[in-house]
Amino acid sequence: MRRLSLTEFRRRAGLWFRLESTQERKRRRGFARFTKATCIGCLLTLVLAACMGGESNVERGNREGGLHYGNGAEPQGLDPHVVTGVPENHLLRALFEGLAVKNPYTLESEPGVAERWEFSEDRRVITFFINPEARWSNGDPVTADDYVWSWKRALHPDMGNEYSYMLFPVVNAEAFAKRELEDFSEVGVKAPDPSRLVVTLREPTPYFLQLMDHYSTFAVHRPTIEKFGKATDRFTKWTRVGNIVSNGPFELEEWLLNRRITMKKSDSYWNKDKVSLNKVVFYPTDNLVSEERGFRAGQIHYTYEIPLAKIPIYQAMEDTPYVQAPWIGTYYYLLNTTREPLTDPRVRRALAMALDRDTLARTVMEGSVIPAYSITPPNTLGYYPPKLFDYDPQGARDLLAEAGFPNGEGWPGLEITYNTLESHRKIAVAVQQMWKDALNIDITIANQEWKVYLDSVTTMNFDVARRGWIGDYVDANNFLDLFLENGGNNNTGFAEAYYDELILNLAPQAKTREERYARFFEAETMLMEQTPIIPIYTYTSRHLIHPSVCGIPSNLMDSLNLRYVWLDADRTSSSQPCESQSL
Amino acid sequence: MSRFIALRLLQAIPVILAVITVTFFLVRVAPGGPFDSEKAVLPEVKAALEAQYKLDLPLFQQYTAYLGDLAEGDFGPSFKYPGRSVNELIEAGLLVTAELGLYALLIATLIGGLAGIFASLKPNSAQDYIPMSLAMIGICMPTFLLGPLLVLIFGIELEWLPVTGWGDIPGDKILPSITLGAAYAAYIARLSRAGMLEVLSQDYIRTARAKGLPEHRVVLKHALRGGLLPVIAFLGPAFAGLLAGSFVVETLFQIPGLGRFYVQAAFNRDYTMILGTTVFLSTLIVLFNLLSDILAASLNPRLRHQFHTGGMP
Repeated sequence: MRRLSLTEFRRRAGLWFRLESTQERKRRRGFARFTKATCIGCLLTLVLAACMGGESNVERGNREGGLHYGNGAEPQGLDPHVVTGVPENHLLRALFEGLAVKNPYTLESEPGVAERWEFSEDRRVITFFINPEARWSNGDPVTADDYVWSWKRALHPDMGNEYSYMLFPVVNAEAFAKRELEDFSEVGVKAPDPSRLVVTLREPTPYFLQLMDHYSTFAVHRPTIEKFGKATDRFTKWTRVGNIVSNGPFELEEWLLNRRITMKKSDSYWNKDKVSLNKVVFYPTDNLVSEERGFRAGQIHYTYEIPLAKIPIYQAMEDTPYVQAPWIGTYYYLLNTTREPLTDPRVRRALAMALDRDTLARTVMEGSVIPAYSITPPNTLGYYPPKLFDYDPQGARDLLAEAGFPNGEGWPGLEITYNTLESHRKIAVAVQQMWKDALNIDITIANQEWKVYLDSVTTMNFDVARRGWIGDYVDANNFLDLFLENGGNNNTGFAEAYYDELILNLAPQAKTREERYARFFEAETMLMEQTPIIPIYTYTSRHLIHPSVCGIPSNLMDSLNLRYVWLDADRTSSSQPCESQSL
Repeated sequence: MSRFIALRLLQAIPVILAVITVTFFLVRVAPGGPFDSEKAVLPEVKAALEAQYKLDLPLFQQYTAYLGDLAEGDFGPSFKYPGRSVNELIEAGLLVTAELGLYALLIATLIGGLAGIFASLKPNSAQDYIPMSLAMIGICMPTFLLGPLLVLIFGIELEWLPVTGWGDIPGDKILPSITLGAAYAAYIARLSRAGMLEVLSQDYIRTARAKGLPEHRVVLKHALRGGLLPVIAFLGPAFAGLLAGSFVVETLFQIPGLGRFYVQAAFNRDYTMILGTTVFLSTLIVLFNLLSDILAASLNPRLRHQFHTGGMP
């Protein structure tokens, strides 16, 4: 091998790298050192930041009076006449206030925007007296005319408001919403002067005051909506931060899509001295497992739900933050009474009797629900539903034999349809097994994706289908009118003229609460004799609540009024009483 | 070169048109619609809703109207979130997903690159086998397994890192980025090992060693530049893949990214949102493929020649 001269070596090697001068090398080394130091610095900061974490949301919130609230999901929006859903309900009832609001402790109506109200002799006319101090967040007074305009918007057939039916007890409201009536002045809502709103009802409606706390009946600020588009346009930007004008205890401060919504205490709210929280942060927590982890890490004060598997762990804890209470909703199975063998009421009753609801609630549902034997939840404002049957496998076998299937012989088969969710599957499997054990009949189960399932239920393309109903207001009517012959949520084929008569005419005409409830009881007895549904359990509300949170009592509506909530950082256990609010 | 790019862009148009058409009609075939809900909706209300979203027009007219809006860059209003346009939702999600993808890619390149280089220094020894076996596990392990494992160890047991959220608490971006980056780190490790092995056997490396340079300078300064070329070519398509495929990680860690919108849109039958995200992502993938072709061409003289003569690579 020929030895290269130094110059030649440099020339050839220079194709690949440049030989550097000492000066260059120094500069390079200096740069390298700088880079290295920066890198190590960055890494250290990162690790430190990660490890220290600093003050948790809950700690900071307790110091500043800010509640960190797990709100289930990103809201569809913040327009009260557009949205539906529970997360939206929580947000809207913080931003807006209805004429009358529900007291979270008693669920009785108390003054909101209306400082008082009067009923006429026949209880068909309500006069609301608007609080003269009630203000929009831009300082404008809230007037009766705001309500007339807002209800017109809520009912307008172009609006596509899914909750327009909330106002149907008002005279001619339904006709206006269905385009049968053009002239809104014929609808039973009038503002003789700015401080008086007169509402005329079709018939006495005991639960009408409750509806005033539902967002579909809230007033919206007319100039703001008209500034951003047509009154009935769903797509305008009037609800955005900086645009929205509201009249509730809180004002919208920040809305980060799918991250958080922050509200601050409103200065213009008429009752602001009774609002303790300075700030509320709502998080869209659609993943229950992650939400529970966030609660444990001190990221939120209050969870929207709790994973089923975690319930026994929390129940076993001393001073548990877990709070469970009956909720106004029923989980049931729809029976398609137009399909064999479910056309026979004896078969339907046998299926209902063969279910061991206590075992189901205790094992599959971890003791977190209440067995149900009828559609209306017990103690719905003093109303108790009939209980026509109990768990009775022998009685069920006899009934099935009577119907022509002794010991399950000749059984044509049956399918349970449910929407894809682990807990629905578990229940369906348990029900399948219980019916097999008690009646010796074969059942198949089929899961369907949500929209497919909804399609199957509405077109009655099923044998047995899982269903849940959560009440919009506390009244048996809200459950019993599901099974009217033409009810959109009936989906069973159940149709009885006298049942419809009881619900639509006889109960509303009742003079006293007792008489009204007696008619509901009669109707519900009729329903459960026919058994077009198999009630399974009454829902419960289930939350994890940090001990520092006070003023969120359990109630049947799982209804929260943030005006009542305060934070007590010194309260370290949920068994301690809440110090009375220092206001 | 410009002729080649123009040609490729022209080719992309029928591809994207086909994506729009197939998606538009497929989502309509799916049972259930955007306005079906658990509580029955009054027929009048449903009709009003359909009118607001122009669903009352004949299907073909809806299709041409949609194409018209699309030509103006308007994806239409969302069904699930009235008052928000699909453009707005995509923009919000994209920023988050792109950030997550970028971190994941950085982590992947750093860890994967180091492991690959390390392995290539002593091929067929423990120093090679251990990182390469780990890489094999990394490729095989799905993110929906790795994610919860990391959460269990670093979030719940050690309590070092937050387990949900994005940009709410310091450190909450670490676990998702690692989870998403792991599989790509494994690929990069294998790519960089192969690239480095090839380069390290080249003459100029022998020259550098003969010159008496310390080993780390041979590797870092001379071999690295050539050895990482395959990795660089991989990064473009990898980033597009990260954008389109991060929904598992986004769901696991509650990250408000594009992937989560995409999946939820399908469940909600949010027609405009499904279409918008599909069209947007497919455009992105077409563009990234084009970009990586151009990059490969500019690095490889033989391919470049083909472009100049108008031939296709």
